[in-house]
Amino acid sequence: MSEHDHKSVGDIHHELHSHLPPDPALRVKAMESLLIEKGMLDPATVDAWVEAYSEKIGPKCGAAIVAKAWTDPEFKARLLENGTEAVKELDGAGWAVAHLRVIENTDDVHNLVVCTLCSCYPHAILGPPPNWYKMAAYRSRAVREPRAVLEEFGVHLPDKIDLRVWDSTSELRYLVLPQRPAGTDDWDEERLASIITRNSMIGTHRDLDPAAGSA
Amino acid sequence: MSQPDSDEIAPLARHDTEPVFDEPWQAQALGLAFSLADRGVFTPAQWSQMLGAKHREILGQGAPDTALSYYEAVVKALEELTCASGELAPDTLEERIQTWRRAYLNTPHGEPVELSAGRAEPQKAGPAG
Repeated sequence: MSEHDHKSVGDIHHELHSHLPPDPALRVKAMESLLIEKGMLDPATVDAWVEAYSEKIGPKCGAAIVAKAWTDPEFKARLLENGTEAVKELDGAGWAVAHLRVIENTDDVHNLVVCTLCSCYPHAILGPPPNWYKMAAYRSRAVREPRAVLEEFGVHLPDKIDLRVWDSTSELRYLVLPQRPAGTDDWDEERLASIITRNSMIGTHRDLDPAAGSA
Repeated sequence: MSQPDSDEIAPLARHDTEPVFDEPWQAQALGLAFSLADRGVFTPAQWSQMLGAKHREILGQGAPDTALSYYEAVVKALEELTCASGELAPDTLEERIQTWRRAYLNTPHGEPVELSAGRAEPQKAGPAG
């Protein structure tokens, strides 16, 4: 029996109307069209945001910051002192970062970032957050049982390493500065940036792999 | 939807490689939120409070803890804040939603959907062909 034989009237009706967007999509469209008519919204602004955050702004911006900090001790000092100001030194200025605090992983300390309230995140330098970052399960468990959360991401953190959890807000975002792996001493910033993962800058990844980078 | 059905026991990491936006409206909704916050219709702090509250509300009603329920909360937070700011009246918004719905139903598949198409009554769904 072919698939076609299974098509019911209901299926055909569904196909006819399958281009009707889901309810939330209609609600967004309605809000947008009304706000544009009222002059409260420039349609180009929303489109530009969507294009930037879907295609242009992503973890590469954060990786460039980390790679520079690894190779330029003075920049690293400025970054840890005042992240908001230091990131303005890099190309791509105009990033609206709100307040950014950069927290450094060491042999003895691991940092993990969460937003227990909603999904505050340094969008401007990491792009949109991964789906797990927005889930209630992560937002509560990152505080309640952070070591178990890290295990799920494959990070086995020995007890002797101090684990610090940072709760983001709309006013203050965090970026983890991961440790530079051994064996990368003669690498340039671009090659270093290629091994820096998004999760290492949130804290759900710890030991970066030099073999993961582009030669 | 795109979420597996065993979310509750699955490690969070299984969501790591999912696309951040499953459908265009999700990116559009966040873009709208950023644009309105940028314009001062609400503050970033008001946004995060409302988004957190709406997400808790939706999850409390039994929605699964997925990216989809998060984006549904984004839409609800947007509606509540734009209506509370006086920029939109709830009745006007509901009416516009229905107009867009009719516009989609009245427009043959593949043709651009214009709001004006929703000002007529929806065409009855006929048989295929």
